[in-house]
Amino acid sequence: MPRVSILSFLEWLDSHAWSTALHESLYMYPLVESTHVVTLALFVGLTVTWDLRLLGWAFTQVPVSEFARRILPWSRVGFFIMTTTGLLLFYAIPVRNYQNIFFRVKMIMLVLALVNIWYFHRRTERSVSGWDTWTTPPPAARFAAAASITLWFAIVVAGRMIAYNWFDCDIQPQSDFINWAAGCVVPPAE
Amino acid sequence: MDLLPYFEWIEATAIGNAIRQSLWLFPVIEAVHLLGLSVLGGSVLIVDLRMLGAGLRNHAISQIARDARPWFVGALVIMLLTGWALFSSEAIKCYYNFSFWVKITTLPVAIGFAFFVRDRIAAGAGMNATTLTRVIGLLSIALWFTVAAAGRWIGFS
Repeated sequence: MPRVSILSFLEWLDSHAWSTALHESLYMYPLVESTHVVTLALFVGLTVTWDLRLLGWAFTQVPVSEFARRILPWSRVGFFIMTTTGLLLFYAIPVRNYQNIFFRVKMIMLVLALVNIWYFHRRTERSVSGWDTWTTPPPAARFAAAASITLWFAIVVAGRMIAYNWFDCDIQPQSDFINWAAGCVVPPAE
Repeated sequence: MDLLPYFEWIEATAIGNAIRQSLWLFPVIEAVHLLGLSVLGGSVLIVDLRMLGAGLRNHAISQIARDARPWFVGALVIMLLTGWALFSSEAIKCYYNFSFWVKITTLPVAIGFAFFVRDRIAAGAGMNATTLTRVIGLLSIALWFTVAAAGRWIGFS
């Protein structure tokens, strides 16, 4: 009986004609990739302006709730484009991405960044009417903003590094740690 | 005029050599270049959105532009420094690369437009987005988009 795992599922996905077609296409893959990168300006860029407001470093005359209402919808458009193109890029090369250490680090930080957003809107922002017009919002809001900038910057860096094959599973020998962390399937040494 | 000798000279500089000989330098500088792109993009877009009549509409265009300016200038400096470093490590490849020439001719136009046209119009603009501010905002987005997209395409072609 075949072993059902994420890896076997992705190997099946990898064998899709559309996956291969996207990976090998002359223009589609670069176009999707470029859209992903250029959308950084919209998504990470506007997210950073929002974080700067929460830190009290810029746009301090704009009430926090107003900034959220006017700017975050644009940021969400950026996130939607990022996610769509990101999923396509993953679909084009699923196994190689899944077994890439930078991709894995990126996904973990992406989850942390989303938890940070969820916690801010769920808890911290509840009291916003009390500090809406403060030049420097309270520590909890500033912490969320600092975490946001740190995580998104780290996500951008890790994302860029996915393109490099230094730690790829098909380049052996790698250290035991890398083989474990990247989920490489290495045949036992003779 | 043949510019190739200049490109060859740039590629032979110490910065270019050091980056080419290192496994890590190019990717790391490139990543910082992308972080610069993010901050530059945000500081440009928040003003351009305002000039288009969207975004922070309850505040004067001049005020949003003034607040965004130091972040724009800072990001631009980081992009130019890292951009020069990346370029000097592969100047000869760039010489034969069409996307590079698109980028390098659009970039000064975008910078000049930002400082000499958009800055001035924004400084004198109040609460209302006019046809003029909208045209300026659209041109700004179009120029920076071209620079960014052509820049990414250098790596493909």
